[in-house]
Amino acid sequence: MDPRSTFKKLLPAAAFVAALAAMPVLQSCSKTDNKATGGATGSALSSDAASAVYVAPGKHDEYYSFLSGGFSGQVAVYGLPSGRLLKVIPVFSQNPENGYGYNENTKPMLNTSFGFVPWDDLHHPKLSRANETTDGRWLFVNGNNTPRIARIDLKTFETVEIVEIPNSAGNHCSPYPTNNNEYVVAGTRFSVPVTPEGKLQDVSLKEYKDKFRGTISFLKVDKDHGDMNLDFQIMVPGFDYDLANGGKGPSSDWIFFTSYNTEKAGTLKEVGASQNDKDYLLCVNWKLAAKYAAEGKAREIPANYAHNKMNHETNQATSTMKKSVKILLPEECPDMLYLIPVPKSPHGVDIDPSGENIVISGKLASVIPVHSFSKMQTAIKNKDYIGDINGIPVLKYESVLQAEVKEPGLGPLHTEFDGKGNAYSSMFVSSEVVKWSLKDFKVKDRIPVYYSIGHLMIPGGDTKNPSSKYLLAMNKITKDRYLPTGPELAQAGQLIDISGEKMKMLLDFPLIGEPHYAQAIAAEKIAPNSAKMYKLDANKHPYATKKEADTKVVKNGNRVDVYMTAIRSHLTPDNIEGIEVGNEVYFHVTNLEQDWDVPHGFAVMGAQNAELLIMPGATNTFKWVPTKTGVFPFYCTDFCSALHQEMQGYARVSPKGSNVPIAFSTGEKRKAPSQP
Amino acid sequence: MSNVSKVLMLLAALSLSLLFFFPMWKIYLEAPQYPEGLEMHIWVNKLGGNTEYTLQNFNILNHYIGMEKINADSFAELKYMPYIVYFLIGSGIIVAFLNKRSLALTWLIMLIVGGAAGLLDFYLWLVKFGTNLDPKAPIKVPGMTYIPPFLGEKQLLNFKALSLPDIGGLAIGLAILLAAIAVYIEFIYRKKRYANKLQAA
Repeated sequence: MDPRSTFKKLLPAAAFVAALAAMPVLQSCSKTDNKATGGATGSALSSDAASAVYVAPGKHDEYYSFLSGGFSGQVAVYGLPSGRLLKVIPVFSQNPENGYGYNENTKPMLNTSFGFVPWDDLHHPKLSRANETTDGRWLFVNGNNTPRIARIDLKTFETVEIVEIPNSAGNHCSPYPTNNNEYVVAGTRFSVPVTPEGKLQDVSLKEYKDKFRGTISFLKVDKDHGDMNLDFQIMVPGFDYDLANGGKGPSSDWIFFTSYNTEKAGTLKEVGASQNDKDYLLCVNWKLAAKYAAEGKAREIPANYAHNKMNHETNQATSTMKKSVKILLPEECPDMLYLIPVPKSPHGVDIDPSGENIVISGKLASVIPVHSFSKMQTAIKNKDYIGDINGIPVLKYESVLQAEVKEPGLGPLHTEFDGKGNAYSSMFVSSEVVKWSLKDFKVKDRIPVYYSIGHLMIPGGDTKNPSSKYLLAMNKITKDRYLPTGPELAQAGQLIDISGEKMKMLLDFPLIGEPHYAQAIAAEKIAPNSAKMYKLDANKHPYATKKEADTKVVKNGNRVDVYMTAIRSHLTPDNIEGIEVGNEVYFHVTNLEQDWDVPHGFAVMGAQNAELLIMPGATNTFKWVPTKTGVFPFYCTDFCSALHQEMQGYARVSPKGSNVPIAFSTGEKRKAPSQP
Repeated sequence: MSNVSKVLMLLAALSLSLLFFFPMWKIYLEAPQYPEGLEMHIWVNKLGGNTEYTLQNFNILNHYIGMEKINADSFAELKYMPYIVYFLIGSGIIVAFLNKRSLALTWLIMLIVGGAAGLLDFYLWLVKFGTNLDPKAPIKVPGMTYIPPFLGEKQLLNFKALSLPDIGGLAIGLAILLAAIAVYIEFIYRKKRYANKLQAA
């Protein structure tokens, strides 16, 4: 090793240690500032900040932003620039607020090969794309813990599809779309002992280096309906694959993944994975990979993974277990994969709007390297390799380097771009956003953020058409930023004006969960298509009841089906008898309303379940197994009308084996139907 | 009849066909929680609204005050009125081609009588729905009736109601106007001109 590289190796480590040591000092300094100025950003705040983010009552925001909820397993939708929370969309986590994952309709959405998994760690939202820019049709998100990719339909803001990713663990560098949404890709962060035959082995943990592998999965996306299908996987060396991004313009055929732990440490990774001076950027020619897969180079191996879909007509999710997957081995697929050495333990890989500059944010690096796509192509043509790993050529760092951004700050994590030739990098350790130019690769401005920023986001900042107006910083630590709420504190979003030479802090607002990343899109691309209700006529739920005259209660053995309707302001039937302890009672409640913003809720005393929240025109199913005899009130939980408090009823539960006949009514008594 | 009168009669007859393309009358409702408004559309042959669900939503809101359900099937008028309009269009066209001004006058009178009867019928329905309230209604305001305005604006509890004729209704007025001009030409204007001519001679 030459002395220069030894120096390079030591420099970032030294800087990092210095930063860690300085952190408490810096923070206590800023704390003093708080008291002096009456606000932590008092000095940084421009005087017109309030008017810049003020959206008058009744007016709409300019952008929708979608922030991942991290360990909440949900997506939060905020309006920008106001920072107002518009909706929380449940994806991988059960949501008692609307019954997602609790009611019979949506339970299959959370099915996996491990069984029902009611939670996940949701990291990265990515909007669907058309013509190389965001189109506002769908939002793709990943579940990191139990590898899954979900699709949210932005007409309804509901999760409509979840695909489990087999042969993977720690599904972190996901779900990155190719430039025109041909594929959404997912990669492994925690390599696992998976064989080329698709077996997850029970091996000694000491065998990490030999047996552990990662995979990169390619989910094909239907152009019209968005349905995902796991087309093929590529088996890759057992590193930790961290983040990804697709190329654009000239680099559209490629997708890039950062990796760390190229040392293949299986324990104490904070040390073991930080030994090599350089880790790798994995460059995948996905067009070629898709061609190889289509040509039959992929071998079909056994697998077992869930593919869950919500059917909009029946409002009923189904879960199908898929039994095989196609897999490509790099050694059989020339020219498909290349590795570029990058400063160790990189996080974000971000491609500028031109598609030429590939920016690597290495959290332990002292510089931000920018690689050149055209130089990479030349290096590939000239076979300018320094070796290979598992048959994957390793390109020479210097040959593909465009420039290094010097002294950017400490702990660069992630970079996005504006439409004026600037890049903005988040600095986790030095807690700041740094603006630098893609023309001369020099730092132009920096602004402190509070505290420890992870990702940042500019609307369209990961596409060829970025906005040049706002940047959202997502901060991990808030400490003294808001009124204290005990040991558990919210994380923060900070909106920064990037329209001028100097960045200006505009707004600071608490967020749900842990937002790892976000997307934003002009409101007019989504708002006009937002559904107001479901059409009752089009409701094909097998237990839908479309008029009150058709409501009924049917008992068949231990199962009781209640065909119920809800309309302002009564439930039909609202008097039910003949239920016995231990019966499986299914309330299929149809909301007969066909008006905007009139959901009805449904809950039963003592039910070991959440509530239902039923949108106009939809049918949802609630399961109740009564454990006691007595009379059990049920009621509408969503304040629907002036007579909402009256929207209630009673179910009588008799002892097991009693002869109370099924009877049901609302208002006037009706005769019970003959038993089937 | 003069050619001008014939054309006027023909246009009068044909303008009635607008009744099949546009509502006769519209009742607009506005309330704080209905910023987008609710519009009931009364056609010659059906009831409708600004959305396909308007009638249902009118009925849901009205049931709190005990108003009877508004249902197209309960109005026999919607079944026979189209035939009256067909007859008026057909007979108007025939009158335009016959050289008999007395027939034009007869047609005008039929149209005016028909239109007036329609308006009266509409008013009576408004009174019936507004006053014939279920005594078991959840919301009862002593002395309050809910007759929607026949023409113009009225506040009904939280709703501001506005009632206006629409293109279909205005088409009847247009037909009356055109036929009346034709009748005026035939019975008064031409007579005067004839008298003037005689005098001049």
